[in-house]
Amino acid sequence: MLTVAILAVLITMVLALVRAFSGRPSVYDRLVAANLCGTKTVLLIALGGYSLQWHSFLDIALLYAMVNFVGTIAVMRFFEYSDAAEETDTGGSV
Amino acid sequence: MMLLLEILSGVCLLAGSFLCITGGIGLLRLPDFFSRVHAAGLTETLAAPLLLTGLMLQMPWSLELLKVLFILILVMATNPTASHAMAKAALHAGHEPKLGDGSEQGETSSKA
Repeated sequence: MLTVAILAVLITMVLALVRAFSGRPSVYDRLVAANLCGTKTVLLIALGGYSLQWHSFLDIALLYAMVNFVGTIAVMRFFEYSDAAEETDTGGSV
Repeated sequence: MMLLLEILSGVCLLAGSFLCITGGIGLLRLPDFFSRVHAAGLTETLAAPLLLTGLMLQMPWSLELLKVLFILILVMATNPTASHAMAKAALHAGHEPKLGDGSEQGETSSKA
């Protein structure tokens, strides 16, 4: 059952990467996709580390959750108050 | 007792996997930025605790269980915050929510 969960997490990461790279995504679409991919990475590290009996990976997952949140907020603040966000097209449907 | 824990863990992991894939498809297919944030944020906030609860139910009592509990609390605290902040930043930067043509309610609103 852990294998099914790991496969689902991997499929979701692929879908988020497709969202981030194809179509015409705006900056915020890419941010949402990056945030989703980061959260999925936390889950992947926790589930995979447990199923492989690598117990120190849970510490890495905890740290990754914190860094993911802070990084998302920092990049979002950067684009919220800069002009770089208006240059890209804001349509973006696949 | 162990069988019950196994069944509960399997149910949690399957529900979490389903929600994961649902969130990914919603992020890919929905037409508007705010609806995409809604799909990603809502499913994330339930899928991550379900998967981690399913993992916790398989573990013996140890320090690792407490670490997974900390990850769960952290994800549940930061994920809705990040989604809300991103929707607010996009609104502040000039994204408009995509509205329908109002044909269901008889209103005349501009089509985005």
